[in-house]
Amino acid sequence: MSRAASVRWLRVALIAGVVLALEALCRAGLVSRHTLIAPSEMALSLARLLASGRVAGDIRFTLQNTAAAIAASIVAGFAIGAAVHALPRLRRALDPLFSAYYAVPTFVLYPLLIVAFGIGATSLIAMGAMFGVVAMIINTLIGLDRVPLALMKTARVMRLGGARTMLLVRLPAALPTLVTGMKLAVAYSVIGVVAAEFILATAGVGKRIAFAYNDFDTRTMYALMLLIIVAVMVLNGMLHAWEQRLHRRWGRA
Amino acid sequence: MTRRWVDYLLLAAGFLALWQILFLLAGEHALASPAATLRRAGELLASGAFWKHAAETGTAFGLACLVALSSGLALGIWLGFRRLAGEVADPILGSLYSIPKITLYPLILLLFGLGLSAKVAFGAIHGIFPVAIFTMNGIRQVPPVHLKTARVLRLSAWQTAKSVLMPSAAAEIAAGLRVGFSVTLLGTLIGELFASTSGIGYSLVRAMDTHQVVEIMALTFLLFAFAALANSALLALERRVR
Repeated sequence: MSRAASVRWLRVALIAGVVLALEALCRAGLVSRHTLIAPSEMALSLARLLASGRVAGDIRFTLQNTAAAIAASIVAGFAIGAAVHALPRLRRALDPLFSAYYAVPTFVLYPLLIVAFGIGATSLIAMGAMFGVVAMIINTLIGLDRVPLALMKTARVMRLGGARTMLLVRLPAALPTLVTGMKLAVAYSVIGVVAAEFILATAGVGKRIAFAYNDFDTRTMYALMLLIIVAVMVLNGMLHAWEQRLHRRWGRA
Repeated sequence: MTRRWVDYLLLAAGFLALWQILFLLAGEHALASPAATLRRAGELLASGAFWKHAAETGTAFGLACLVALSSGLALGIWLGFRRLAGEVADPILGSLYSIPKITLYPLILLLFGLGLSAKVAFGAIHGIFPVAIFTMNGIRQVPPVHLKTARVLRLSAWQTAKSVLMPSAAAEIAAGLRVGFSVTLLGTLIGELFASTSGIGYSLVRAMDTHQVVEIMALTFLLFAFAALANSALLALERRVR
């Protein structure tokens, strides 16, 4: 067996071991049913919940809002990042703010968004975008920094205009870092939207989880938590694979 | 140096102007004016009740940092040296870092109940993974030749750590500690928002429930100022070791 294959098998075995241990712990009654339910039970109640269609509307609502928030944070983050990159003085002053941004739970400002936009999709999207945009800005800055000087010189020699340099040279060269930014924007937008749904919303998976928690409905609660976590992990894994491929192509693994 | 301060001042002025314009557009139910926010922030800093909550948050944050940084470092160092274990764990750590841990708040509440331990746990699960990931990568980047040299020279474990590992892995580890510091603060505050009856996070929830716009903005402003200052200090430290 090759080394890569054995690493993969060990990884699967480790994850399976943890899940099985959790399962055994719960089945043996060492953990109260009101605290944690067995992983198999979570999966089963998630399957039932999905089949019943009771949460289909909430899932669609959350998915739409998250998608809109992700799109907004990627587009706005890139635009702001590129603009700030062109102004080095502004950037030096902004740097400490950017790096401190994720230490503060921005979603405490969510009630203010509700006053401005009302309870509904707009506030949730705005919250998700506010959370995701800075990750994209930071990575756009790093990405544009890393465009090799030789490429920029070549663009100048070939007399490419500003727009064509951006599109043909800087964007492709910065792409690996931009994908890192997108990956983070996805993760943070989900956190923003779900956190906002926890606090106050008319629908959505986060709202359902909070509702189930208050209702002592541990089955529904864990089923939906599993849904969100698995969905984010799959999306993140896909973006991670893309990112790795790009890094390999650019020769910096 | 002076030019840099001019830039900071210009940025602050621009920021205040933008804030004032937004305030005029959105109205006082959605946003507090910069003047009112700063005044309230000043009042908070002068009041005893604020410092009591700040001390609560500080205790929880300190403990969470201790747990997250020490276990993150230990895990990162171990995985950095054991190549196979590191390769097995790498994507798992990445996924654990990226899951929206806020969805886990019911679990943390059920496990720890309301109070200090829930806040600490919430802060720690946020901080431990970035610290472990950065530390692991830092240790992996140490050239094997250096480690061999250390073995040939029969350096003790402590000497190896001090004179071989630290110089080449320090920058990466310092970056990990800075990121860990930030997300642990975020985690602790989230813990306080959902699972607490004291602390700054709790004050924020109360202000949110009663819709005291000025209070929310003033507390957020103070938190942001603290985070930005601490981050700048850690960033300066990171540049020194680089």
